[in-house]
Amino acid sequence: MTDLLWLVIALPLLGAVVNLFFGKRLGEPVAGGLSVGVVVASWAIAVPATLSFVTGSGQVETIYLFSWIPVVGADAAILWDPLSAVMTMIVTGVGALIHIYSLGYMRGDERYPRFFAFLNLFIASMMILVLSANFAMMFVGWELVGLSSYLLISFWFTKPEAAAAGKKAFIVNRIGDWGFLVALMIIFATFGTFDFGTIFTTAPGILTVGAATAITLLLFVGAAGKSAQIPLYIWLPDAMEGPTPVSALIHAATMVTAGVFMIARAAVLFELAPVSGAVIAVVGTLTALVAALIAVSQTDIKKVLAYSTISQLGFMVLAVGVGAYTAGVFHLATHAFFKALLFLGAGSVIHAMAGEQDMRKMGGLRKMMPVTFITMAIGWLAISGIFPFAGFWSKDEILAATFAKGGAFIVLWAVGLFVALLTAFYMTRMFVMTFLGRPRWDGGTHPHESPATMTVPLIVLGFFSVSAGLVNTPARLAFEHFLEPSFVGVPHIKGLTLGLIVTLAVVSLVVALAGVTWGWLAYRRDELPAEDGAFWRRSLEAFAVDDFYGRVIVAPGKRVSTWAAETMDPRVIDGAAHGVARGVLRFGSVLGKLQTGQVRGYAGGMAVAGVILIFVFLAVGGGF
Amino acid sequence: MPVLTILIALPIVGAIVVALLPKRRTELVYPIALGMSIPPLVVAMYVLVNFRVGDAAFQFAENVVFTEAFGIGWIVAVDGISLFMVVLTALLFPISIAASRSITSNVKSYMVLMLILETGLLGVFLALDLFVFFAFFEIVLIPMYLLISLWGSENRAYASLKFVLFTATGSAFLLASIIALAIITGDQMGTLASFDFRNMLQTELSSTAQFVLFAGFGIAFAIKVPLFPFHTWLPDAHTEAPTAASVILAAVLLKMGAYGFLRFNLTLFPEAAVSLAVPLAVLGVVGIVYGAALAIVQPDIKRLIAYSSVSHMGFIVLGAFALTTQALTGSVVLMISHGLTTGALFLLVGMIYDRTHTREIADYGGLARVMPVFAGMFLFAALASAGLPGLSGFVGEFAVLIGSYLTLPVLTVIASSGVILAAIYLLWAYERVFTGPVTNPKLKVLRDLGFREVAIMAPLVVLIIGLGVYPKPVFDRIEPSVGIILDRIEATTDFEVPAEGRLSGVAEIEYGPVHESGGDN
Repeated sequence: MTDLLWLVIALPLLGAVVNLFFGKRLGEPVAGGLSVGVVVASWAIAVPATLSFVTGSGQVETIYLFSWIPVVGADAAILWDPLSAVMTMIVTGVGALIHIYSLGYMRGDERYPRFFAFLNLFIASMMILVLSANFAMMFVGWELVGLSSYLLISFWFTKPEAAAAGKKAFIVNRIGDWGFLVALMIIFATFGTFDFGTIFTTAPGILTVGAATAITLLLFVGAAGKSAQIPLYIWLPDAMEGPTPVSALIHAATMVTAGVFMIARAAVLFELAPVSGAVIAVVGTLTALVAALIAVSQTDIKKVLAYSTISQLGFMVLAVGVGAYTAGVFHLATHAFFKALLFLGAGSVIHAMAGEQDMRKMGGLRKMMPVTFITMAIGWLAISGIFPFAGFWSKDEILAATFAKGGAFIVLWAVGLFVALLTAFYMTRMFVMTFLGRPRWDGGTHPHESPATMTVPLIVLGFFSVSAGLVNTPARLAFEHFLEPSFVGVPHIKGLTLGLIVTLAVVSLVVALAGVTWGWLAYRRDELPAEDGAFWRRSLEAFAVDDFYGRVIVAPGKRVSTWAAETMDPRVIDGAAHGVARGVLRFGSVLGKLQTGQVRGYAGGMAVAGVILIFVFLAVGGGF
Repeated sequence: MPVLTILIALPIVGAIVVALLPKRRTELVYPIALGMSIPPLVVAMYVLVNFRVGDAAFQFAENVVFTEAFGIGWIVAVDGISLFMVVLTALLFPISIAASRSITSNVKSYMVLMLILETGLLGVFLALDLFVFFAFFEIVLIPMYLLISLWGSENRAYASLKFVLFTATGSAFLLASIIALAIITGDQMGTLASFDFRNMLQTELSSTAQFVLFAGFGIAFAIKVPLFPFHTWLPDAHTEAPTAASVILAAVLLKMGAYGFLRFNLTLFPEAAVSLAVPLAVLGVVGIVYGAALAIVQPDIKRLIAYSSVSHMGFIVLGAFALTTQALTGSVVLMISHGLTTGALFLLVGMIYDRTHTREIADYGGLARVMPVFAGMFLFAALASAGLPGLSGFVGEFAVLIGSYLTLPVLTVIASSGVILAAIYLLWAYERVFTGPVTNPKLKVLRDLGFREVAIMAPLVVLIIGLGVYPKPVFDRIEPSVGIILDRIEATTDFEVPAEGRLSGVAEIEYGPVHESGGDN
């Protein structure tokens, strides 16, 4: 069953290669069909191997493929355990739905096969990341998803914004990757290997707290890049320049969760570094808060979802920071469903509105797009944390675990709760502005429901957004139990009694309902409320963080480079070289007077200099 | 069969054939020169296939004594370090010659010079008699100078002169050091002199002698690499040179310096190498950051790539002087990769230059719409150069960084920032040249790459992917040869390679007896 798992990587890769080289000749239906087919096939191959963990017959396995970089002992090898199984299901499952959705969404694009080639490349990269059995191979996937993301964000490259956004995403991610890379250096210097099995079993015995802290904080720099945490989250909102299915697949459901996944994978190391855990929890909470404060004022429907993604990623990071790895992965899974749903729903709306993304020009779409409306409603309630939708269970588990840590973590819990309130508010705002109230679009627009290739994925995702939470309720922790083999040696969260959990759940539910009510009362009117005042303005411009980075990092960096290029290199270094050359020439002209003819002077000078040099070398060399 | 001698001689034979072509039949020059560059590649492949894996000793050795008295002889042999330099050379010449279609003036001389250059480079990597080595080292200089000064662009006179003066300065030190070392060696053997590398390995040198000779060799190689602050000849030479010369310059010529460091500085003067490792690694790391920082703001695409070379060569030097198996092996792999990726980038820039006659980034924009195949190729080469995993740039760079951290942690962390900078300069350049709307009307009519151009790029693309995905065969051939360098350093100094740095399992291999005349088949 696990023998074929390499195909989960190889098939999408094959799809990418075929579409890249022959896509044009294949034509739209074949190119798209092939692309969907390989992802569905990958999913189908992984299903039985995943089910074996559910039935309890499955074993954690390492499948050796080939030796990659022998000097550092880096192999291509697959680690198949419940954690990688869950990720595989999400990536190939949600991925397949988004591929199907794209068949309709991208119809008529002149680079249609190219788009599917890149989507397939992304799935392959993500599977390398998820299935890797060592840090080196994980890094390969890690960077390749960055590449796929770059290619897909800047897919419509003739738009300068799209090209710039893709580049920005790649470079900011590379800054994160740098942290990962340095962590890898320390890991190799400490363990002499990148193999997960060896590292995780020996780490508790040999790793000092200092080394563990350094490694985990650096790994977290990497995670902050991929999972869009402070201070590296700035690429994700811009990434919305990509086609909407890309936003759903990469910038909501899968790639951005890579950081959370990586921390969960290396849980053993993070457990050895309590300081790192605290730092991560604080950064996660702050990210959740700041992103939510920006999301409330956005008028572009995709920007709302982008910031809400950053905010939800903050929750996941908070979870793994406090050691609630299962809760983090659980929220990762439910979020994958409802956020993919929300993005695809938004895509359906944008499609219907002929490209319009400004919610102020929407409204009243409920009647024209019933399927989109109903499924979006599910997504809205799920992310808002309303019982019994998926987000309720997973978000609540994170908050409960944070609360149970006690001490200063109670503050993080309180902030988290506030973010939950904001989330319910801004998602209600988005939902109401889009679907309810009176239409605010002009006469030329004729909104319509999207074709079946687009609505069927919405329905499937809607189903999971309702039900996915039920796999891990406080009454029946099936998901936690399922993941146990992946977290051997990682302690459980202490102090979580059923009574406490239920109490906290009621509190969060009340808060979520309050947020929904607030948003409903404020926006369910004929006229949209005026959103002005200092807070709204700052929030709308995302607190001008991009400008700040531009002034503090980019501009000075460019000035230094320019100075080096215009002064240091030509004047200082070359200046010195020219000085030496002039001196030699003067010396040469003196010699030239002794000899006749320039060439002979040059040769003579060389010979004299050479002989002198040889004598010098011989003298010190002991030849005499 | 004297395989290596044949290999070195074949390009010269080709040069003679081309030179003898009838004056009026200029149309024959290109195909015949191209044809003449194939046999060396075939022989190089033969050597590659028959190279014994896991054997650290020199293979395919030939030894003919010229003069007993001066200890000069024709000693050529190949080991894991030179093997891939030879293959890279033999591969890039047909490609560069094929890419020289746009040369119209004096094609014959051009091709003759190219083929002479190939002989020179092959000789540098294969010669183990230092007198002969030096001769080849100098032979390389002349055709390269002429190629730049006769077929280069506007500022070629300055660039070619600068190239010669920088290199010749280094050569003076190299020659003096070689002669001194030969005399010292001869003295200890009871002859007048010996230029035989194997004899030099046995020579006892005082500390001072090691340092001075290390410096003499080192200056020549540092200029060649080029190591900061000796790099300023490179951007000029690269920018002004015709495409093929740029390719050979970046892909092969610079490797002479790195190869020299490994073959001679580390091996012949271990004590000095250990003491001077840190300063040299510092220069390497400065080069990485400095080269990258300058690449970012270059307005000329060729200069940008030239500065990226300075940055990449810094990684190679860092790896060489980190003195661990991983770093040294990675360094050699990075030399191969840099040859492939930078070669590819210069070829691509040459192809667009042939069409537009401008290298200014600002003159471009939106090119991906007009020339999608070209854009794809360029992005591919740029990403490979920026060290994207799965492509060749990564494996060498990764091994260098992982290995260098073991002995030089702080420097290596600084060096790794080059990874970020590389993404910045390459992707920003890509953005400006290829994306956005097509603003310049002249660009709208450009045709995409033709069959010949794609065929020129294809082997590089395949090798870049191959080396990135399955580099094991390459590592397996390099590692033993690198292992003995470290063994020698450990045996003769009190330097100890950290335990993780010797995971290779290459235990105690010696420079075995040189098998006379191709003793491997």
